Amino acid sequence: MSQGAIVRIGALDVRATSEPRIIRWLLITVALAFLILFVCLPVVAVFVQALGKGFGAYFGAVVEPDAWAAIRLTLLTAAIAVPLNLVFGLAAAWAVAKFEFPGKTALVTLIDLPFSVSPVVSGLIYVLLFGAQGWLGGWLAGHDVKILFAVPGLVLATLFVTVPFVAREVIPLMQAQGTEEEEAAMVLGARGWQTFSRVTLRNVKWGVLYGVILCNARAMGEFGAVSVVSGHIRGQTNTLPLHVEILYNEYNFVAAFAAASLLAMLALVTLTAKALVEWWSPEVGHLEARGGRAAEIRTVAT
Amino acid sequence: MIGRLRRRHSVLPGFGLAMGFTVLYLSLIVLLPLSAVVFKSATVSWAQFWATVSSPRVLASYRMSFGASFVGALINMIFGVLLAWVLVRYEFPGRRFADALVDLPFALPTAVAGIALTAVYSKEGWIGQYLEPLGIKAAFSPLGIMIALTFIGLPFVVRTVQPVLQTLEVELEEAAASLGASRWQTWRRVIFPILMPAVLTGFALAFGRALGEYGSVIFIAGNMPMKTEIAPLLIITKLEQYDYAGATGIALVMLLASFVLLLGINSLQWWSRRHQEA
Repeated sequence: MSQGAIVRIGALDVRATSEPRIIRWLLITVALAFLILFVCLPVVAVFVQALGKGFGAYFGAVVEPDAWAAIRLTLLTAAIAVPLNLVFGLAAAWAVAKFEFPGKTALVTLIDLPFSVSPVVSGLIYVLLFGAQGWLGGWLAGHDVKILFAVPGLVLATLFVTVPFVAREVIPLMQAQGTEEEEAAMVLGARGWQTFSRVTLRNVKWGVLYGVILCNARAMGEFGAVSVVSGHIRGQTNTLPLHVEILYNEYNFVAAFAAASLLAMLALVTLTAKALVEWWSPEVGHLEARGGRAAEIRTVAT
Repeated sequence: MIGRLRRRHSVLPGFGLAMGFTVLYLSLIVLLPLSAVVFKSATVSWAQFWATVSSPRVLASYRMSFGASFVGALINMIFGVLLAWVLVRYEFPGRRFADALVDLPFALPTAVAGIALTAVYSKEGWIGQYLEPLGIKAAFSPLGIMIALTFIGLPFVVRTVQPVLQTLEVELEEAAASLGASRWQTWRRVIFPILMPAVLTGFALAFGRALGEYGSVIFIAGNMPMKTEIAPLLIITKLEQYDYAGATGIALVMLLASFVLLLGINSLQWWSRRHQEA
């Protein structure tokens, strides 16, 4: 008797908090169809178009000198921007997560600000600063320093759009840890730097890695901001995404999609690395889509 | 000055150094360049600014940008909730793969997304060739802009709704069911109100991202003045004509719009937190 009741409650349970089988499969089908149609298909199209004239044409387009110059410039830009924003992210996280000070919310909002600015505007601000009619334009021209339409401009624009990545991953992790471990280390005689590298850094290493992966993907793939400051000088100030645009506008589709396929591979590697870190360390992840980090951090802080 | 801000009893070192570096870095990389927009606008008279932003071509580009972003965010709101629900609630083969795939629009450089979408939706493309006989022109039309903006905004709603769904207590649904609610009633009256703040946050994030988007749109848009021209593209056009004041005027309106959105998103988050605690 009692066994029957349990079975009945169990049956009710399943029915009450889930949908009929047919609805379930219908919803799954619609959701996956949307995902395949909107997300998978374009990426597959990149590789199909790139290989449209065979492997020979593909490799020819990838090893062509201008393409190489674009790849090198993209790597160089990321190699400067990512470490700088890593150091910034760690410093900002240490200050925000381990200390109390007035204006913390404002600071965190400011760190996130570049995400709310259009990439084109992110480039425009550097044109207004360093352009011929800009604030520093005259002085720079007088001293023969080239920032705009040169590598420094590309690096600055990339720095701007990737400022938040490491900081916003590491701040919540450091905050969740509290300060007890560091205080214990200090009491036991560790020096400040030892405490940071042996205790703090070790505890947030997966978050740091996650932030660096996302920061790198954006740094290498940024288009709008660098497009404004680049000047599009072939072989000199063209990053890989800009190279894609030029080839495409010249109707050189195989070469454009070949260059694009390298960036698509970067995206796939990024997604895989990201999924691995999330799997390895479940507290890290899915942060870039969350807005209002400031609100989140504010509630943790109070 | 900075030393005085330090928490009085903290034994941890390095606040001055970390804080000093953070503030200096932010000032140089973010604040100083951004303030250039404001100061540049200040050198332009109000009449001149108004003439720029109210010219028919600029107004048309605003209408295009705001309208297409709204439609894109709306589509993402519907399919985002569906995807989040399916990924959290149901078991099916390839679920983890589908989950990872949701982030692809974040990881894929926008220029690549732009040419790829154009290839798929142009009249010879995999999908475009079926739309053409129906009289639907996807690429090089406002519809193309909406498609691109839907693509780049997809992860936002999914990733804001997912964590809320994961922490949703099954007991609530059990209670609703035991009180006689149908599954649809439970969804509409119990689950959806809890998801609502997250859904709106995701919508606002997707809308904000779409508003400023450039790379993925320009390839598929066709970029016809008055018809399929988005505001960020018009900024670049003005810059190429050395019309710095015009470019700054358009940019200032876009900046203000994104700050208002940011404010809205922060209040939404605050509301949603209160909602969850209540």
